[in-house]
Amino acid sequence: MNIKKKQEIGNYNEYVKETMPKSHTFSSCIKAFLVGGLICTIGQGVSDIGKNLLKLDEKGTAAFTCIVLIFFGALLTGLGIYDVIGKFAGAGSIVPITGFANSMVSPALEYKREGYVLGVGAKLFTIAGPVLVYGISTSVLVGLIYFILNALGVIQL
Amino acid sequence: MGKRVGTYTVQFDRPVLIRGRGSAVGQEEGKGPLGGYFDQIAQDAMWGQDSFEKAEKRFFMEAAKKAVESAGLGLKDIHYLLGGDLLNQIISASYSARDLDIPFLGLYGACSSMAESLCIGSMLIDGGFAQNILCATSSHFATAERQFRYPLELGTPKPPTGQDTVTGAGATVISAEQGDLEVKSVTVGRVVDFGIKDANNMGAAMAPAAVQTILSNLEDLNADPGYYDAIITGDLGIFGSDILLDLAGKNNVDLSGVHKDCGKMIFEGMDKNCGASGCGCGASVLNAYFFKKMLDGDLQRILFVATGALLSPTSVQQGESIPSIAHAVHIERRAGK
Repeated sequence: MNIKKKQEIGNYNEYVKETMPKSHTFSSCIKAFLVGGLICTIGQGVSDIGKNLLKLDEKGTAAFTCIVLIFFGALLTGLGIYDVIGKFAGAGSIVPITGFANSMVSPALEYKREGYVLGVGAKLFTIAGPVLVYGISTSVLVGLIYFILNALGVIQL
Repeated sequence: MGKRVGTYTVQFDRPVLIRGRGSAVGQEEGKGPLGGYFDQIAQDAMWGQDSFEKAEKRFFMEAAKKAVESAGLGLKDIHYLLGGDLLNQIISASYSARDLDIPFLGLYGACSSMAESLCIGSMLIDGGFAQNILCATSSHFATAERQFRYPLELGTPKPPTGQDTVTGAGATVISAEQGDLEVKSVTVGRVVDFGIKDANNMGAAMAPAAVQTILSNLEDLNADPGYYDAIITGDLGIFGSDILLDLAGKNNVDLSGVHKDCGKMIFEGMDKNCGASGCGCGASVLNAYFFKKMLDGDLQRILFVATGALLSPTSVQQGESIPSIAHAVHIERRAGK
């Protein structure tokens, strides 16, 4: 018996797309907004502490905020809490810098058993690697365009 | 070729009996509605081992040993071990075979491996090549996640069609000698590919294969779906099961009254997107729950159809579609038992 290929490949894909359970985009956005916003608010609080309490300059405050957030992102990953937050918040906890910490620490934990060279060393950047490659490439490209336009006098620094 | 019936089905004329059964599952599966049926529930995902891979091997071993023990046999009485798992080079099965010291035929049919090993095992018994055969498969959430998806602690949500790999294993001893359940026929499936490329939508990829194998079996045996008390798919999950019923309906076969899905049942009522998947899913639920129901007399005749998505992480990254397969095993309770 051959099952009727009435639904040919294209058709079947369309049928599946139509009937499959969908992500709840609206509620996901709300969750992402709330959790992402919360993380950023905490970040602002940390930044205020750095500026007002520790009397750091602008650069120092930025570095201080990053370090503190990355520390807590890494710590919560290690404690097995960050992935629970991530399942709830989606992009809300992936996009902030704590998400970057999570994407570095989680492979480090995962691949520790394959050793420090071929495990942690080789696989540390499996998730963050693409972000770095294309993030840095894009910034170089934008910098180059900026430099050329500046040299031509199209825009002025 | 007296044993062949129809185009794809093989019917056994010697008794192929289910003599022993064993299952071991993880904590999460133990909390599910079928928790009371499993022989062993591990206290955590590592189960006293120092890697998830070793833990998966322990699940395989525990289920296998339990099956042999419940058959009233020793490891030396088992002529062949047939089985596999989801990991590269089926290491859980191979390392278990090393320790069990039974002649071993390693199989890979992704999540269809349990049905595949029962098909081949039954043929070996019927052919007179063995008296007792152990069929076993396993899977583990953590080992499957790292091989097919992302690190465990990475905070990414699963899409709604995603399924969670079952941590667990199931094992069956089939025998020419004794047992209250009997394998009557098997239908080996063909690979079907309807062009699904989304590895997070395995149910949709595998459902056509399941439909094709079920319809082939019914046609070869000249039977209606009602011939079986239950037609049990391995891990189509919630969405895959919906497609199965829909596709079968389009071929004028109504499976809605008899269809059950292990992937739907094991996590029923738990927040798990589309349910469960994995070799260990169908294997553990078949051995722990369905065989028990048959032995109790609640079910007389079942068709176990385990489906497998034959993809690899490489083929997915290269944008290939997902070929799928399903094998069917027709099991009956022996009269007067």
